[in-house]
Amino acid sequence: MSQKTCLFKNHQNHGGKIVDFAGWEMPINYGSQVEEHHQVRTDAGMFDVSHMTVVDLEGDKVIAFLQYLLANDVAKLKTEGKALYSAMLNEQGGVIDDLIVYYMNDQWFRMVVNAGTRDKDLAWINKQSGAFDVSVTERPELAMIAVQGPNAREKALSALPLDVSQASAALKRFVGTASGDWFVARTGYTGEDGFEIMLPESETPAFWEALVEAGVKPIGLGARDTLRLEAGMNLYGTDMDESTSPLISNLGWTIAWEPEGRNFIGRDKIAAEKAAGVKQKLVGLVLEGKGVLRGHMKVVCEAGEGEITSGTFSPSLKQAIAIARVPVAIGETCDVEVRGKLLKARVVKPVFFREGKPCL
Amino acid sequence: MSEIPTNVRYTSSHEWVRLEDDGTVTIGITDHAQDALGDIVFVELPEIDSELSQGAACCVVESVKAASDIYMPISGVVVDTNQVLVDEPEMINSSSYTDGWIFKIKPADEDDIEQLMDASSYEAECDDE
Repeated sequence: MSQKTCLFKNHQNHGGKIVDFAGWEMPINYGSQVEEHHQVRTDAGMFDVSHMTVVDLEGDKVIAFLQYLLANDVAKLKTEGKALYSAMLNEQGGVIDDLIVYYMNDQWFRMVVNAGTRDKDLAWINKQSGAFDVSVTERPELAMIAVQGPNAREKALSALPLDVSQASAALKRFVGTASGDWFVARTGYTGEDGFEIMLPESETPAFWEALVEAGVKPIGLGARDTLRLEAGMNLYGTDMDESTSPLISNLGWTIAWEPEGRNFIGRDKIAAEKAAGVKQKLVGLVLEGKGVLRGHMKVVCEAGEGEITSGTFSPSLKQAIAIARVPVAIGETCDVEVRGKLLKARVVKPVFFREGKPCL
Repeated sequence: MSEIPTNVRYTSSHEWVRLEDDGTVTIGITDHAQDALGDIVFVELPEIDSELSQGAACCVVESVKAASDIYMPISGVVVDTNQVLVDEPEMINSSSYTDGWIFKIKPADEDDIEQLMDASSYEAECDDE
């Protein structure tokens, strides 16, 4: 059964080309994916991300629960509204999902997980929560709009209801604030500044049009993918999944090993993997010549073989880029097999373009 | 509604074919095809002098979304390729029937063109998709 967000009619009215995404009818673009990509890099664009799953976790032991559930440590969150990016691991140390968790107060945390992993995530969280007496409440009545780009905050603030706008104006990076049923956070998935705004579905279609009036253009999920790839942000199910550990998925930085006594799910397995020596890593690739890199293409280097997990043509750099899982001993260059031919690529850190500037 | 000129012939794989006065045949992809592909960012052109049969995959058009094979509408030998596309592949998006042509062939048999669809048949086929 395909589902629609409360913004479906808005997408149709703005010329959105609708495709199936994880069981949701979502706009892939509204005309030109490349123009939409540049709109976000140079001005302000917005994405309907209402298909993503918002889950509220509440209870006296919610902090202890999340310290057990997540590979990153919510104890790092000292101020209300602060956000943390984390992997949620299974007992084998594989990645069930990546998510953002917000510290609302000592008894309440809000998590945003992927749409495609909703069912298994909720089942897993519920299963693990039993011992902690934490209530797990999905919030399907909340829609979510991501407004991103160098002018995104200014334009969004002008369109937000006055009280929400005033509460959100001074937000620091990776912090959110609740105003009634609205929640505005200075987070995103594009490598540009901006907000992710959760709000009641009933108010969402009108707010979308208010953002259009403020000069924020609708952007499809196609550009969302090229923007996140340029920013070097992983896509769940593509760059990592339950069969890959965070250590080979460029998520080592999100694992909180301290304090040593914190027993989070999967810890023993990834600790053993680390002690034995990690064999692979995710790197960035930049194709030297013309062409396009795509997922699943084979990577060949002196240290062995690897595979592209995400590839595209970078609209900002105007050359092909990719994230690839390769042997840790890979050098500064490699070959990628493209339709039977080996093409030279440069190996870089998997961050290509952020905040309007190349990172290479 | 996509543009379907009446002075060219069409394939069900969305190539267009035009017989020129000098006996060569120009080939490109239709407006419908470029719209479905989205922003085109790379074209792998066929090699000059390659002799290809009808239906053979002869070059590749890549958009940000996906790579798409282009098939030989009729058999022939490649005699020219559109070098403009090397640096401006987006020309296919903006002018798919004119400046965005992809390659020219010398057909094995000029009459093969007659087997291809005319504009009204192609329009009907697009409507069915």
